[in-house]
Amino acid sequence: MSLAVRPEREIRPPAIQIRGVEKRFGDATAVAGIDLEIREGEFFSLLGPSGCGKTTLLRMMAGFETPTSGSVLIAGADMTAVPPYERPVNMMFQSYALFPHMNVADNVAFGLKQDKVPKAEIPKRVAEALDLVQMGDFAKRKPHQMSGGQRQRVALARCLVKRPKVVLLDEPLSALDKKLREKTQFELVNIQEKVGITFVMVTHDQEEAMTMSTRIAVMNAGRILQVGRPHEIYEYPTSRMVADFIGTANFFAGVVEDSQNGQVTFRAEGVAAPLVVAGNLAVGAHAAIMVRPEKIIMGREAPAGAINSVSGVVVEIAYLGDVSIYHVRLESGLVVLVTNANLRHSAEPAVTWDDRVHLSWHPGNAVLLP
Amino acid sequence: MRRSSSLITAMAFGYAFLYAPIVLLMVYSFNASREVSVWGGFSTKWYAELLDNDAYLNAAWLSLKIAATSATGALVLGTLAALVLVRFGRFSGRLLFNGLITAPLVMPEVILGLAMLLLFVALEDLIGWPDGRGFTTIAIAHTTIGMAYATVVVRSRLAQMDDSLEEAAMDLGARPAKVFFLITLPVIAPSLVAAWLLAFTLSLDDVVVAQFVSGPGSTTLPIEVFSSVRLGVSPQVNALGTIIVVVVAVIIGLATWLASRKKR
Repeated sequence: MSLAVRPEREIRPPAIQIRGVEKRFGDATAVAGIDLEIREGEFFSLLGPSGCGKTTLLRMMAGFETPTSGSVLIAGADMTAVPPYERPVNMMFQSYALFPHMNVADNVAFGLKQDKVPKAEIPKRVAEALDLVQMGDFAKRKPHQMSGGQRQRVALARCLVKRPKVVLLDEPLSALDKKLREKTQFELVNIQEKVGITFVMVTHDQEEAMTMSTRIAVMNAGRILQVGRPHEIYEYPTSRMVADFIGTANFFAGVVEDSQNGQVTFRAEGVAAPLVVAGNLAVGAHAAIMVRPEKIIMGREAPAGAINSVSGVVVEIAYLGDVSIYHVRLESGLVVLVTNANLRHSAEPAVTWDDRVHLSWHPGNAVLLP
Repeated sequence: MRRSSSLITAMAFGYAFLYAPIVLLMVYSFNASREVSVWGGFSTKWYAELLDNDAYLNAAWLSLKIAATSATGALVLGTLAALVLVRFGRFSGRLLFNGLITAPLVMPEVILGLAMLLLFVALEDLIGWPDGRGFTTIAIAHTTIGMAYATVVVRSRLAQMDDSLEEAAMDLGARPAKVFFLITLPVIAPSLVAAWLLAFTLSLDDVVVAQFVSGPGSTTLPIEVFSSVRLGVSPQVNALGTIIVVVVAVIIGLATWLASRKKR
């Protein structure tokens, strides 16, 4: 899932600090009290379903919305009441918002002119920015003469040319088709690493967030559920909501039966055998165990002495080429999803519909969620 | 695809109904004979006589001045009204404001003209302005009508405009006033031109309202034509009519083209 787990950087000073920020529109609460720190040089993603408040949070960083309470600091300075045209941040809009009556070069030069950059310097900086996004040959084009991908690059150049402290990206790739989007993800990351500017991106696409970000904040209903590096969020979610939103997850709800030495024995509804998982919860506590479909081992024979072993019947197979997703129904009726890589070159699947299979997983590959 | 002959006949009748009188007028403007309904050969002498007719020329010049003045006023007021309606969100009284602004579109012109006349007379009694009726009063009345049309045209364009364009400009360091002149105005420019031309044309051929609010010595072209026709039709009127039809057609065509031109 995580295509690029990037090396950890040294701890750097914060680029953006969000302190107790709340935003209400009339009776509706868009952002319900958020504290967040984004460090210099990070590629940070705000991830969540639509209406979770991520765009409102981004717009408060840009200055288009004022927090109802709390404060926004950029590079250590309080910017809560500073208007957008005086903030050291630039935003790339979902629609790209290129000025239709100006050509590419004039679009990119617009911000420099507003900053009263010396006239002689402007063409040089515009050319630099356009070269950075490989759009140097398109300086004289009008926005309507370019494709979506080209417009996206120009919009990025227009942000970067001002050398802001932070670049804000609002669903930057949602207007592109799938192939181009995947290619552009890596390009964006490469450009960000080259210029070293902090990027804050809003997205509802978890794959996009995983691929591009150094850290992700998962949001829901105006709150941040979890902040962490992509693999932390995927492998060690701290809540059922995060586990469910990022990737696919099997949940076994139940009660803690025994708890000692950091290991919990768990009685799950619809599962005959007790389940074992690492964790610390009081005996009798209601909780859930989360197992990712690819962490489950599937076989026709019951594994000898295996713990966390259940058996069921294959009721559904989704063949995706590289992997297949099996829906296995346990005796209790509970359906468990299992992903199996199709390692062998074969037209006939090893396991097929109505086959009886045994599923098991290592206790370390499951997560206990309160 | 074959078209049925009845359909073609119907279309021919339709066009004839609409345009035959106008074509006839244009043809007879080149008539050598003084008799309006008798063809006496081709001539452009009525055009030459028209150019010597000071009454017509003065009226035409006055009409153009009034049209240009009222169109400009209507454009400024209409743009402001459109900005308020599109950009200020849901303020209280928005619906009422919207209705009041566009009311002149559906109000009978006779009532509008009469109301204007009463207003101007009452104002003159009260504060001594406007001093008599003439250029000023006609221009004000035409501005009122033109503004309603200008508001509708500019508003539809503003509503289509991507809000993030203005936000992007602000984000890049432009203050709100600069955003308006550097981004908003250029983007809605085609609709501004269309609105101006529309208001100009409306003013140029208005008779009803102008009748009410004009005074002695301030006769607009349509009024002049009306009164001269009453005294007996001169083929000069045909020539004038031809010129007006051509000018109005060109202006309307230009306005339509600008308004329908795709957002770029």
